[in-house]
Amino acid sequence: MANKVYADAKSALEGLTFDGMTVMSGGFGLCGIPENLILALRDSGVKGITVISNNAGVDGWGLGLLLETKQIRKMVSSYVGENKEFARQYLAGELELEFNPQGTLAERCRAGGAGIAGFYTKTGVGTLVAEGKETKVFNGETYVLETGLVADLSIVKAWKGDKEGNLIFRKTARNFNPMMATAGKKCVAEVEILVETGELDPDQIHTPGIFVDRIVKGAFEKRIEQRTVRQRENA
Amino acid sequence: MPWSRDQLAQRAAKELRDGFYVNLGIGIPTLVANYIPEGMEVTLQSENGMLGMGPFPFEGEEDADLINAGKQTITALKKTSYFSSADSFGMIRGGHIDLSILGAMEVSDRGDLANWMVPGKMVKGMGGAMDLVAGVKRVVVVMEHTSKDGASKLLTRCTLPLTGVNVVDLVITDLGVFEIDKHGQQPMKLIELADGVTLEEITAKTQAPFTNGLR
Repeated sequence: MANKVYADAKSALEGLTFDGMTVMSGGFGLCGIPENLILALRDSGVKGITVISNNAGVDGWGLGLLLETKQIRKMVSSYVGENKEFARQYLAGELELEFNPQGTLAERCRAGGAGIAGFYTKTGVGTLVAEGKETKVFNGETYVLETGLVADLSIVKAWKGDKEGNLIFRKTARNFNPMMATAGKKCVAEVEILVETGELDPDQIHTPGIFVDRIVKGAFEKRIEQRTVRQRENA
Repeated sequence: MPWSRDQLAQRAAKELRDGFYVNLGIGIPTLVANYIPEGMEVTLQSENGMLGMGPFPFEGEEDADLINAGKQTITALKKTSYFSSADSFGMIRGGHIDLSILGAMEVSDRGDLANWMVPGKMVKGMGGAMDLVAGVKRVVVVMEHTSKDGASKLLTRCTLPLTGVNVVDLVITDLGVFEIDKHGQQPMKLIELADGVTLEEITAKTQAPFTNGLR
């Protein structure tokens, strides 16, 4: 049995990065992003990356770090509103951008990982995202053909993992991570808690270890984008 | 007096039904959660992967792993479940969500919706809006009746890039409420006026044709 456990994010990416590669990066906003692997990807110096990620991080954190260093050539995302450097590079023509509806993006990753070349969806029919794409009528309704997505590398973040690569996510930090884990030719996962094989309940595992090539325990900042609270009522 | 933001949310809350699974958009639609009628059970879905969304946390109890689609910290309820984005949009696209309430820049009298892009401006992206309007059983738009320069946002044809075609069932503006027969041939119908708004005023401020269904 090959060892999947790596000492740190840097060594976990060794031999897996090359210029012009496509990377899937899990997370929604800053929630459930592989923060350690993003830092390691930055430090690897790899250039011309196409990044498939629902969002593009914020200025100074998450994928925003790779924008600052101009390592990203193209983003495939559903929403990129929280990032000034992104807007600057895009408007200057330095960055390519492909918008996908969020559900279509999620399903494209799921399909890619499951060996499904394409699927028909009602989402986006009659809009810009359907332009140039094949459509087909099923039961009187028009659907547009969307293709499955695969990446050279997927980087994901889970709460718990074991040495076999089995993963459990926590709350809404799950989001895109499970599908992206399946759709990378190689998948590296970072976890908050790494346990011995056998310590996770097999019935509770979200991502089976077959999808995970390397696993690393990380230290996490877990930044919050919009801290919203309510007042305690006075007793 | 046109309806205020809270009055718009209150009016939109009348579209809720007991047992509904509902997705609320960002902005005024989020306020609808404050007006769920007493005794009515409504389950809020957040498209980033949560069913059964609770209120904001108390200070000091925020959890970075628990946010809504607006990236705000929130809380869970007893009935809460979490799932992946693929499962979340399976619920949405698969027609399992009863009602979506969202904002708009323009709506046509055939139910076309534009709410994600203004050409020439930096585009933030459509997020889940295209999936929601394509898949949710009933789509309610809450918006200002006119743009800042006074132009009607209810049009015979949207001028902005579309989010969906024939998708809107009901439009609630600060001036009144319109029903749209999105798959049929019936004209758009005015069914309510905001307090103090006259038929003349709303007619003057609405570019799309409509019939008078006021009772």
